Amino acid sequence: MSAVLPAQPANASGAVAVGRRSAARPYHFIVALLLLVFPFVASDFWIVQIGAQSLILGVIALSLMFLAGYGGMVSLAQMTVAGVAAYMIAIFGVSTTGSGLGWPWWAVIPWAIAIATLYATFVGALSVRTEGIYTIMITLAIGMATFYLAQQNYTVFNGFDGFKGLEPPHLFDVDSREPLPFYFLSLAVAAVCYFFVLYVSRSTFGLSLQAIRDNARRMRALGYNVTLHRIVAYSLAGLIAALGGVLSVWYNGRVSPGSIGISPIINILIIAVMGGMLRPAGPFVGAIVFVLLQTFAIDFIDRERFNTLIGTVFFLVVLFSTDGLLGLWERVRVRLTAPRAGVTSGQRDGAEGQR
Amino acid sequence: MKHKFRRALLAAALGIGVAAAAGAGAQEIKIGALATLEGPFAVPGQDSMRGVELALSEVNYTIAGKKVNLIKGSSNANPDVAVNAARKLVEQDKVDILIGPLSGSEGLAVKDYAKTQPNTTFLNGSSAAQDTTLRDPAPNFYRFSTDGAQWMAGLGEYAYKTKGYKKVAVVAEDYSFPYTQVMGFMVPYCAAGGKVPEKFWVPLGTKDYSSVIAKLPQDVDAIYVALGGADAVNFLTQYQQGGGNKPLIGGSITTDQTVLAAKGRIRDALIGTPAAGPIADSWDNPKWKAFVAAYKKKFPDGLPSPSLFAHAYYVETKAAIAALEQVKGDLSGNQAKLRKALSSLKLDTPTGMVSLDENRNAIADMFLTEVAVGQGGTLYNKVVKVIPQVNQSMNMDKAKFLALGPVSRTNPECK
Repeated sequence: MSAVLPAQPANASGAVAVGRRSAARPYHFIVALLLLVFPFVASDFWIVQIGAQSLILGVIALSLMFLAGYGGMVSLAQMTVAGVAAYMIAIFGVSTTGSGLGWPWWAVIPWAIAIATLYATFVGALSVRTEGIYTIMITLAIGMATFYLAQQNYTVFNGFDGFKGLEPPHLFDVDSREPLPFYFLSLAVAAVCYFFVLYVSRSTFGLSLQAIRDNARRMRALGYNVTLHRIVAYSLAGLIAALGGVLSVWYNGRVSPGSIGISPIINILIIAVMGGMLRPAGPFVGAIVFVLLQTFAIDFIDRERFNTLIGTVFFLVVLFSTDGLLGLWERVRVRLTAPRAGVTSGQRDGAEGQR
Repeated sequence: MKHKFRRALLAAALGIGVAAAAGAGAQEIKIGALATLEGPFAVPGQDSMRGVELALSEVNYTIAGKKVNLIKGSSNANPDVAVNAARKLVEQDKVDILIGPLSGSEGLAVKDYAKTQPNTTFLNGSSAAQDTTLRDPAPNFYRFSTDGAQWMAGLGEYAYKTKGYKKVAVVAEDYSFPYTQVMGFMVPYCAAGGKVPEKFWVPLGTKDYSSVIAKLPQDVDAIYVALGGADAVNFLTQYQQGGGNKPLIGGSITTDQTVLAAKGRIRDALIGTPAAGPIADSWDNPKWKAFVAAYKKKFPDGLPSPSLFAHAYYVETKAAIAALEQVKGDLSGNQAKLRKALSSLKLDTPTGMVSLDENRNAIADMFLTEVAVGQGGTLYNKVVKVIPQVNQSMNMDKAKFLALGPVSRTNPECK
């Protein structure tokens, strides 16, 4: 990757961000502790359906946050990339549908991630020269084309029914689809992805990516290969989405065109926007709120109206915050700490600088 | 922010855990109802819930002295979503009995899920894919609503012998339920001597049928159409506009009220179309008429007449109520008594007697109908014949029926 980078960029706002973020705060440890203790006090339903599902959706939305937050590219194909990984697990691995090739897990998992990353690179190469709404349109088109291919192709994708009976590997006599192992598997993957994104965002590559987001023309004039940076960003995001896709196929135990249709694609966008697109924690917060709403909204509001509740929450978050729930929290915190010290203005500048 | 959420979440989890523990000994039966309140089948999904509510309100939400707590779940016809919703109802809300889902492929997925939850009893909703019960069934999954092949009883022979259609083309949606319907039509039709030279499978929700219409063979006598709702209206309209004039044969949800109420030239083409299904809205039978009247009274904003979805969910709920009454609400021993009662239940429904076979799939009466013009020019399904007690192997020898193989795009064939 270093070959991509011609020079060491010095980005003022980036440097501020690094300094500000590297300090671990008490609440970091509290969050980590809660995530670790949570599965031992909650019921199986909460561990898997709320906990693991949020983590998995969070990982997929994290890949979108990485592209949109640091690269300024809103790709709607991230769920599709995850779906490609899921389909690869099904096609090359073991399923009860009977058409799988039956590769062992240690071969099929890297293979699925590699193919999905390659696919993401291809999506990036296709869409990287477009900006704003056109990126959204072209990635949506790619996502829908893949959806229809999966739905109508029977020889490879098994059409409408897709594949079922897909299980994660049994390691050391542990069934990793049991609630506790599966939760910790998801948590481990989510943590790795989270810190990976944090790390990349502070690396020279990440900083130049953010600089390209802010002013692509100037970066080009400085001698950076803007296109290549963006494509590499798509590949890295693809890698993250692929990991989420592998977990999601184990979570659902099945994959079908419905898993990569328009509504899951939009769900990922909603999760990322609702949580906040500027920090890697945003997608996870968004995912938790989304999963809780999706699961329990029907208990609060009767019958066919419960989607209205989800829509209203989304609308309110977008209306009152430019950066989702995390942005809302940031604003509250700044306001609360305002009377205390002059730190506030610096903090506010830092937050502004990231935008 | 995040730990706040976790904290709230933990508190909620603990709270719910305590509530569940407290509720376990109480005099309450929890019934979950799962239907598609979103997506392409949202209207049928709403009607399904009406069926459940109607059945429960008849007993005033009380069974064997215990209060019934009805908890609803929603999916969007996607199997992943259906299983997620089922998980929520079973594992979180701890329902004793789950009724649902609505759509064919959802049924197959929920059946697989049922195997992992041996302490809960699953009653099908209206999903009608064959292998939900025929092959590899779940021991705690019951279907009182019959499958899509059973619904076609009598139609194949009627089309060949009475209507004289020697050759038909098939246009159907591309998933498990229409596969099952096509098999139910083709097996007797082909046995009688009919030929099906071509089948066209279209994705659910297709808007443009011009390529299918252009490829329809000219030398067929009729077209068998197994499409639902908007798909049926779109296909029929475009077929008429394209100058098509072949007579039609309908699947169970092709000639329902949503299609018959459509305006324009497709009306004329629909008259005389034979179809078959588990209900017939115009059936002149006191029990059926009482059911329709009760439905209309309880749901003035509902459909003009209960759909087959409302009927299926109604029958399933009635079965749950009858079995629970029989065992006096006793759910002990992993619901062993309840399951025994369900297996041997003889249920008197608005459409006749229903009982279960050894795979826990219903044996019930079916209706052969034909579209006719009623008073004031409205179209309705006139009952041609009631076919009594159709079982899952369509009253063939079961071994022979199983030897036909699982339904698919290419099974059965008779070109």
